[in-house]
Amino acid sequence: MTGQGDCDKCEELLQGFLDRELTTAEVAVAEFHLDGCDYCRRRYKFEESLRRYVKLSAVERMPAGLMERLTQLRGLET
Amino acid sequence: MSEPEAATEAREIAAGARDRVRFEEEALQFADQVYRVARRLVGSREEAEDLVQETYARAFRSWRSYTPGTNLRAWLLRILTNLNIDRGRRSQRAPDFQPLEEGDYYLANKVAESQGEQALDQERVVERLSQDSIVDALSSLSHDFRDVVVLVDIGEFSYADAAQILDIPIGTVMSRLHRGRRQLKAKLAEEAA
Repeated sequence: MTGQGDCDKCEELLQGFLDRELTTAEVAVAEFHLDGCDYCRRRYKFEESLRRYVKLSAVERMPAGLMERLTQLRGLET
Repeated sequence: MSEPEAATEAREIAAGARDRVRFEEEALQFADQVYRVARRLVGSREEAEDLVQETYARAFRSWRSYTPGTNLRAWLLRILTNLNIDRGRRSQRAPDFQPLEEGDYYLANKVAESQGEQALDQERVVERLSQDSIVDALSSLSHDFRDVVVLVDIGEFSYADAAQILDIPIGTVMSRLHRGRRQLKAKLAEEAA
């Protein structure tokens, strides 16, 4: 049950699946396919790790001093 | 003014001042999260700092238009994205080409080609991509795609919040997010190769 067409369908469902935005029926289609397909299962796992790593890489903490400058803005009048 | 009227007015002023202080304190608690999003929307740390300061200046001036109990972080980001668009997103790196859009497995396939299918089983395989190349890939996205990808994947906003912040339909958020992520992966595949 792991024809090329099934893998293509599974690839299409990847983002919605990880975002938890699929319908119950779509989740069932993806899970049924992933159960029997190492190829797609690896790629889903890769995507999950990638998302965590992108976030980790892209997050930069607020520079020292900015909080103080923001605090000084308090009480501004319209 | 009669005495009871004066007393009522004094109470109202005091209550207004308390609401305002509470608003300012709550808003400042989100400063680090607001900065994280700002930093990835603009090209430099200095621009991000300017943008966050302008955002808080405007927020503190118009605190009365915030409805208590609603999502304050989203309200702040809405001010920020509007200011960023008003500034004409100046001096931001604009993409010089529209990257080829590949499928969602494209980057994983490239990794499997160069390092073997089994490499995908390793949790740490993604760490072979440099963090700098990820930051570069994000900044290479077109502004419309970058706004959505940064809000959802870095800012952790829901589709609905991102739609409200950018004032676009939720379907547009989804299509830009999906296409933006695919472009991001295509770009990373280029750099990984």
